[in-house]
Amino acid sequence: MDKITTIRSRTVVLPASNIDTDQIIPARFLTTTTRFGLGKQLFADWRYAPDGSPRAEFILNQPQATGCQVLVAGRNFGCGSSREHAPWALLDYGFRAVISTEIADIFRNNSLKNGLLPIVVDDTTSRWLIENPASQISIDLASATLRLPNGLSVNFPIDPFARYCLLNGVDELGFLLQQQDHIAAYEQRHKDN
Amino acid sequence: MPKTMFQKVWEQHEVAPETVETPAVLFIDLHLIHEVTTPQAFEVLRQKGLSVRRTDLTLATMDHSTPTRTEQVFNGVPVTAAARQVQQLERNCTAAGIELLNMSSDLRGIVHIIGPELGLTRPGRTIVCGDSHTSTHGAFGALAFGIGTTEVGHVFATQCILQRRPKTFAIQVNQKLQPGVTAKDLVLAIIGQIGVEGGTGHVLEFRGEAIRALDMEQRMTVCNMSIEAGARAGMIAPDETTFSYLADKPRSPSGAAWERAVERWRALPTDAGAIFDREHTMDAAILEPMITYGTHPGMVIPITGTVPDRKGDPVFDKALAYMGFQSGEALLGRPVNVVFIGSCTNGRLGDLRGAAQLLRGRKIAGTVRMLVVPGSQQVKAAAEAEGLDRIFIEAGAEWRESGCSMCIGMNGDTVARGEYSVSTSNRNFEGRQGAGARTLLASPLTAAASAIRGRITDPRELLGGKP
Ligand code: SF4
Repeated sequence: MDKITTIRSRTVVLPASNIDTDQIIPARFLTTTTRFGLGKQLFADWRYAPDGSPRAEFILNQPQATGCQVLVAGRNFGCGSSREHAPWALLDYGFRAVISTEIADIFRNNSLKNGLLPIVVDDTTSRWLIENPASQISIDLASATLRLPNGLSVNFPIDPFARYCLLNGVDELGFLLQQQDHIAAYEQRHKDN
Repeated sequence: MPKTMFQKVWEQHEVAPETVETPAVLFIDLHLIHEVTTPQAFEVLRQKGLSVRRTDLTLATMDHSTPTRTEQVFNGVPVTAAARQVQQLERNCTAAGIELLNMSSDLRGIVHIIGPELGLTRPGRTIVCGDSHTSTHGAFGALAFGIGTTEVGHVFATQCILQRRPKTFAIQVNQKLQPGVTAKDLVLAIIGQIGVEGGTGHVLEFRGEAIRALDMEQRMTVCNMSIEAGARAGMIAPDETTFSYLADKPRSPSGAAWERAVERWRALPTDAGAIFDREHTMDAAILEPMITYGTHPGMVIPITGTVPDRKGDPVFDKALAYMGFQSGEALLGRPVNVVFIGSCTNGRLGDLRGAAQLLRGRKIAGTVRMLVVPGSQQVKAAAEAEGLDRIFIEAGAEWRESGCSMCIGMNGDTVARGEYSVSTSNRNFEGRQGAGARTLLASPLTAAASAIRGRITDPRELLGGKP
């Protein structure tokens, strides 16, 4: 996994709340056996008409979305299924961070494990971001701060362990593998379960 | 200090407790896997030269993308990509030494149905699966939650998972459900009250007289939909109902081991005086059959109600536009195109019996296509043994092999664009049952009643009770 330190980008705004993982990537694309190439199918049913042609009114089909790495969304982003295909699709498309007032648990976990930053902000910050699409913002992971072009800067919560892994490009599995002795001892103690 | 049930199970599984810097390392007693969320995890294992640590605590099934038409189940999987996934799971399980309930197994079924019916889902266990409805298993007093594919790889390699301790949330349900009102209606009402993100960061514990009165299958229906309230997991304290359900299951402990297990299980329920981080209290006796009208499970009303109005909320209006509904209108009497009975929420024997009770001697409306998909091959065999399949077929429904089927539409069992589907599954998201499909979540009773009339129907009208 690549290290993450700072992200500077314009934002893309999807103001809807409760954007679920079936919208992020519909289930019919989950028959894949790899984690790559899912960006094409990101938000497929919002992005494409039934005949496969792009819907011009959808934000990701508009020129200002090109190259944007930060998605701003309404409350409770990523609810629904545990499919890791959702962060895979967002990352493959080019997003590096998602900002909302609430991010669903499993999606948040999955995102952190793949280097997609789930950033939870207060209502005021969220409202500003939603009302000012295509804002140039910067995210600094080490200090967990989000800077807006209006000069405001806010801190966002992030698990210290996840942050350590992201800043150093370290895989969480490595940490778990170091626990082998403790795991073996636990297994010894709990043979009867 | 009095402890909650969640706290007890959590502490019993800490390989290493959490610190400020690191999450807890939690041991996993049962890892259920299926074809959709594992190929990439096996791939990572291969790349890193790792193997599956505890094949004895891992069980595989195929359910999500598998066909349900009998001729396809036993002659290979038709959808090409799905076929590749199924073959890959077979190869991966053989190579790793993991038991797989494959397409020809009598024990195969939806992952959350087979764990309990085999006796592998037990009180006090930690259970994970790359599937959000793993919360189902919490009905036994297990701590069970969905994980992503990266975490599936973690559990393969170490039988452990890294977790921050969630908060606890008691859902106290007083009194009992009325006839015609089911566990599905109860859980839809709970989600309607606490909201689709009401449980985020929490483990729910369902408590109270209404919960104690439910049988195990109904408890599973309730815990199944914990995730639809955003919760990490849902739990119900084990009791005599739990023990008698597990007593005759093929892989339950037996003899002295059973006695020891029951003794441990009796110590699990939340101690008197234990504190939950949050509590919500409600009354089951006033609930009616519930039905969703929008595009998430929290958009739900009593079946006799009308679609609410949220002036000025564009997301709400967009959901209504997708569904083709208007604020203020009643759903009762609206035409229905498809009825689906099945899924890990309502694909168990009791659900099929409930629907069959209404369909016995009746026909479904000519305008309705109805699919009845048992949750597992064991459910299917049990239903056939008591003649339920005949009731469904004679009523005009299709009777299928087990699988997720129209809950997720990955196997080609889909609802057409614009059609209305009354479904016993758990998600009414846009396109969940097929691109453009309009899903109304309800109980098996409401689904069966609506199939008979061809319109959204209060099942109490057909049960002879007062509407
Ligand atoms: S029945 Fe539906 S919700 Fe349950 S595991 Fe299958 S796809 Fe998921």
